[in-house]
Amino acid sequence: MPRLVQKHSLATRWFHWVNFPVLGVMVGSGLLIYWANDVYRVGVGGWTLIRFFPDWVYRLLSLDHGLALGMGWHFAFAWLFVLNGLAYVVYIVSSGEWRQLVPRRRHFREAWDVVRHDLGLRKEPLPPAKFNAAQRVTYSAIVVMGALITMTGFAIYRPTQLAWLTALCGGYQAARFEHFWLMMGFVAFFGLHLVQVVRAGWNNFRAMVIGVERVDAPPEAPAASPAPSEVRP
Amino acid sequence: MTGETSAPPPTGEPPRNGEELTEAEANARLRTLSRRGFAVAGAAALGTLLGWRWLLRQATREDDLAWPLRRALQTNREISEALFSPRRLAPTSSREAVGVLRPNGTIGLKDADFRLEGWRLQAEGLAGGAASFSLAELQALPHVEMTTEFKCIEGWSTVAHWAGVRLADFARAHPPPTRSGRRFDLERPDDAPPYLSLETPDGEYYVGLDTASALHPQTLLAWALNGEPLSEEHGAPLRLVIPVKYGIKNLKRIGTLAWTTRQPADYWAELGYDWFAGL
Repeated sequence: MPRLVQKHSLATRWFHWVNFPVLGVMVGSGLLIYWANDVYRVGVGGWTLIRFFPDWVYRLLSLDHGLALGMGWHFAFAWLFVLNGLAYVVYIVSSGEWRQLVPRRRHFREAWDVVRHDLGLRKEPLPPAKFNAAQRVTYSAIVVMGALITMTGFAIYRPTQLAWLTALCGGYQAARFEHFWLMMGFVAFFGLHLVQVVRAGWNNFRAMVIGVERVDAPPEAPAASPAPSEVRP
Repeated sequence: MTGETSAPPPTGEPPRNGEELTEAEANARLRTLSRRGFAVAGAAALGTLLGWRWLLRQATREDDLAWPLRRALQTNREISEALFSPRRLAPTSSREAVGVLRPNGTIGLKDADFRLEGWRLQAEGLAGGAASFSLAELQALPHVEMTTEFKCIEGWSTVAHWAGVRLADFARAHPPPTRSGRRFDLERPDDAPPYLSLETPDGEYYVGLDTASALHPQTLLAWALNGEPLSEEHGAPLRLVIPVKYGIKNLKRIGTLAWTTRQPADYWAELGYDWFAGL
């Protein structure tokens, strides 16, 4: 018999979907800014494996020759990004939802099992939970990355007034470097997230819009239910 | 919607969370929720798209920002001015840390008729009216040296060693007018005109500063870079060095400086950059 289970609260869904275009604006305007001094690469010594970014990338995305425009967008939408992120964290803590999200020690071990499971290298089913161990690790890591990208952002934005913060980041250029690679981390997260959402299918995606997910497995026996701290009312 | 223990709800009521349903009940409920949820989502997506397109149309000139973004920069400036001290010092480095500073631009330096020998700093809007000063007269004022990180708005930065006279010391010696009518006092910057305007002798490059930043103790009228007199490409004979602003405000080859009550034109602000450009 099917059941309908409330998966994502209304608040979570709004935080999620507000963040999506705002993060898009932050990455796009950030690339407009980065273009003006695009010095980062992966390589050893004088040998470069890949330069960030080849010119065709900027042309493809129309993100060249737009430093002023990029700064205008970046420093307006940064407030939305930060406020939305802060509101999410306050909500997740005050609602107790953090308990289903924050990884414990065992989740870091189990995350590897999830990776092997998702790659088809491990046949055992995953333990039932709203978020599996790998999701706990990545969804929490992205919040930490949000805090770090905000911190490095302010360190670049006001390196005189917030000189202590810039020093904490290792200096002005170090903060810029960290800010860039955190952005790349967000982009990588987004790519992986997209693949996983496609793999998980419509029911899972729909739950992020309407909040409710269809579950066909019978309710768990009490003995198999999660630890009391993880039970939601 | 959860945690109820009463009897099953009457027909028409939404099912409780996790309640076992028939296939038809589940589908009907999902249809209702989806209709509502995707209608809201679609409206929000459409609103976002329309808002985005509206914002893109708000630039009155092709090379300027849309006014809401301009407004946001202005708000950021007000937040900065409310939270931060205008006298906070930019970190200084040791002289060993200096690098090679890129000249990065010759706007305002291209006048073929410009002669170093004939140069004088034109100062306007002083308490005593306009005046002009030779480099030797400026160098007779108390001068300072400092090693700070020059930050270009493009994203690169270079540590540089500068020598010059503090603009604040210049203002003390040759004061601006005051609203109170008393002699200008560095401790009361609000009494001075709120802005300082600077431009190259040919008027091609011009910069506007808020008075608090202009009177910052690290804002220099500089004549030497890394122990050498300024080269032509770095703005000989005298340039502005202002570590609390991006490089775009560090005007080379100062022709005129003027105290003013109206926010001065600024070369890069007219091309879409932040007028304040504070660090």
